[in-house]
Amino acid sequence: MLIQTHNLFVHLGQRLVLESINMGVEKGEVVTIIGPNGSGKSTLLRALIGAVKPTSGQVMRSPGVAIGYVPQRLHVDETLPMSVRRFMSLPHRPPRAELNAAMAAAGVSGLEQRQVMSLSGGQFQRVLLARALLEKPDLLLLDEATQGLDHRGSAGFYHQIEAVRQELGCAVIMVSHELHVVMRRSDRVICLNGHICCQGLPEVVSASPEYQSLFALDHEEEAVYLHRNHHSFSHNEELH
Amino acid sequence: MLDDFLVRAALAGLGVALAAAPLGCFIVWRRMAYFGDATAHAAVLGVALSLVLETPIFAGVLVVSLTMATLVSSLTGRGYAMDTLLGVMAHSSLAVGLVAVSFLDGIRIDLMAYLFGDILAVGKTDLAVIWGGAALVIALVTYRWSGLLLATLNPDLAHASGISPKREQLILTLALAVVVAVAIKVVGVLLIAAMLITPAATARPFCRTPESMAILAAIIGSSASLIGLKSAYEFDTPTGPTIVCTVALMFLFSSIFWRLNHHSRKKSSD
Repeated sequence: MLIQTHNLFVHLGQRLVLESINMGVEKGEVVTIIGPNGSGKSTLLRALIGAVKPTSGQVMRSPGVAIGYVPQRLHVDETLPMSVRRFMSLPHRPPRAELNAAMAAAGVSGLEQRQVMSLSGGQFQRVLLARALLEKPDLLLLDEATQGLDHRGSAGFYHQIEAVRQELGCAVIMVSHELHVVMRRSDRVICLNGHICCQGLPEVVSASPEYQSLFALDHEEEAVYLHRNHHSFSHNEELH
Repeated sequence: MLDDFLVRAALAGLGVALAAAPLGCFIVWRRMAYFGDATAHAAVLGVALSLVLETPIFAGVLVVSLTMATLVSSLTGRGYAMDTLLGVMAHSSLAVGLVAVSFLDGIRIDLMAYLFGDILAVGKTDLAVIWGGAALVIALVTYRWSGLLLATLNPDLAHASGISPKREQLILTLALAVVVAVAIKVVGVLLIAAMLITPAATARPFCRTPESMAILAAIIGSSASLIGLKSAYEFDTPTGPTIVCTVALMFLFSSIFWRLNHHSRKKSSD
């Protein structure tokens, strides 16, 4: 196990957000966390990187694990001038060759001189990915990394993740709304709603009653959903 | 050379401008302008306390500003919005300070000197305090620069890189209290925020990296201090406000430049 939680409870203020979470990720595994809005997906990820303190329970990392974190859309204040190269060099300036390699792996070569706020949503997400790659991660954490991207943009981004994973062999934990992506690309799915409702192989989870009730997908809708696979998925957001 | 009061005034202005500029950038980037204002207003209470306890003004102001800043940081998110809390606490402590000063009979206190500064009365000891404080702030901000920047961009990214955003916030708070304490003699509590924010805001349109913005803000703040001092001498106007007027004028030109530049860029992309 690269990272593991043991009976994790997290409160944000007075509110219990996560309860008795036991999960872990093996080397090279792709795990997707799905769940409705407010189900604690982002909080779980933030607990894994140490940004929120658990009320009780533990997060255990195996020693020496390098973690790359790609946050959910980043807003950079207009008053803060920041070139892509400078952004990539925070907090430590990497050797130029490494920086170029990471930019290439994330598919954003040639953007070094641009200002970060002038990038499109998709470009910025890839720059964030490139920055995470600088850590030479054993584990990549993606928090709804494709939020705000259109269908093509998000498909492209997931392709990039796949390519990166094949190159680095790193494990991936991603939080996603996009069920179609989840089903295709994950080794394991964790269905979260404050607690872990169910987890396992994508096919197993999607057939489970917990999943069905959480996402209110009956078979008819699912058929439509699969049929429209090459169209937009924005309407699925309303189902959650 | 230090015997000339104008030379001392110029050096004092430079010291404050150099320390305020890089810190002011963070205040602009993190949208903490009101926070700076509140900390400065609380300083009047510090002045009053120092006079009562017969401690150096610098120490009293530093302690009260720090307390104020820490109190606001820790109270935020417990029922009141940050700006409400700052508004209440800043003006209350200003008022309490003013009332407290009025109880101090025996000593004649020129309150105006603390509200608007009295740069022409800066002595050699003041100068040492100002440059000591400025050096401390510059060293602190330079040393923590990358961590501060990352925490400003996104607290979670900072966490993931092993940087605690809380600690960085504390460093900024400390630096802010020091700047307020050293600037009180130069521009006074009511105008400190202007020296923090305006040079940084003026520098923004001309910069592509955070470092260049901090350096340009320092240059702008320093030249505004010198030009303001000279103008105040020429026109016989109050020095602190004249310095702030100078930097405000620079800001005006800079924002006109930004407008025009933005406009032409938009046109060319159409």
